[in-house]
Amino acid sequence: MAGTALRRRLTWQVAKVSAVIVETSSVRTLTLDVPDWPGHQAGQHLDIRLTDEDGYVAERSYSIASAPGEPLAITVERLDDGEVSPYLTDELRTGDDLELRGPIGGYFVWEPENGGPLLLLAGGSGIVPLRSILRHRERTGSTVPVRLLYSSRTLNDVIYRAEFDQPASGVEVIYTLTRSQPPDWSGYARRADAALLAEVAWPATAMPLAYVCGPTSFVEAVSQALVQSGYPPERVKTERFGATGGT
Amino acid sequence: MEAVDGNAIGGLLHEVFGTEMTDAASVCGSCGAARPVAELAVYLRAPGTVVRCRSCDSVLMVFVTIHDRTCVDLLGLAVLG
Repeated sequence: MAGTALRRRLTWQVAKVSAVIVETSSVRTLTLDVPDWPGHQAGQHLDIRLTDEDGYVAERSYSIASAPGEPLAITVERLDDGEVSPYLTDELRTGDDLELRGPIGGYFVWEPENGGPLLLLAGGSGIVPLRSILRHRERTGSTVPVRLLYSSRTLNDVIYRAEFDQPASGVEVIYTLTRSQPPDWSGYARRADAALLAEVAWPATAMPLAYVCGPTSFVEAVSQALVQSGYPPERVKTERFGATGGT
Repeated sequence: MEAVDGNAIGGLLHEVFGTEMTDAASVCGSCGAARPVAELAVYLRAPGTVVRCRSCDSVLMVFVTIHDRTCVDLLGLAVLG
């Protein structure tokens, strides 16, 4: 499988936006029709390229939100000072064209044969590739047990909440809300650190496989805490988004 | 400026090397630290794209693209691939 994918040339293609889904006040999911999409793996991303009238080009990477075999979709969070994301979340409409290349990445990917138990750790929009992994697990009939710890600023910032409120069998979803919480909130309300991970993470003795995605500071804190608790570094896969997005 | 990681330059690396590289092995030429390319520290907004060792901070790779031509400096690496 990888052999043919590896040799493939990565070329820019024009996609057509086939649907825009409002996820939160600042987050949209874009479903994309790409004529020659070669298929992707759960956890991969793609690059988007915008060219303005003067020929100025801006490129950004976005994680793929859909599972392999589903219509291609990305989920984009608007960064107010962003060059690309405000266009994608506010301006783009169904039927519009968008230039992209992908799929990209062979490291932060999961296939059922990689096994588990899976520990998925998301900060803000870092949830997107982990959502692809969760949907892939369900669609392939995998029974690997999963714990997802999802850190958001507020409950309204939780992406895919309807989906996560009814998780698949064997999937446990744990939220932590770091900025504000509803009055009746019984979940966690603090940053993901060693103490919180000690409560929610699989013990290292279970030989779990961890995927950590989010802002750089979140990923650094969480991955270091996991390794200190005994997770082998090669079982902790990380993807850093930089200073963007909220946790 | 905050670093991202090698995942963020998967597209650039594919363009330069003609193959998926985020899962490739790397060894730092300065300190000998070994890790997948995906785990390297990447600065996207330097003049060009700068990739550093996450252990000793040495510069491992530099990519500068001007007019569709990408200049590649891999001198900081002992091993790639």
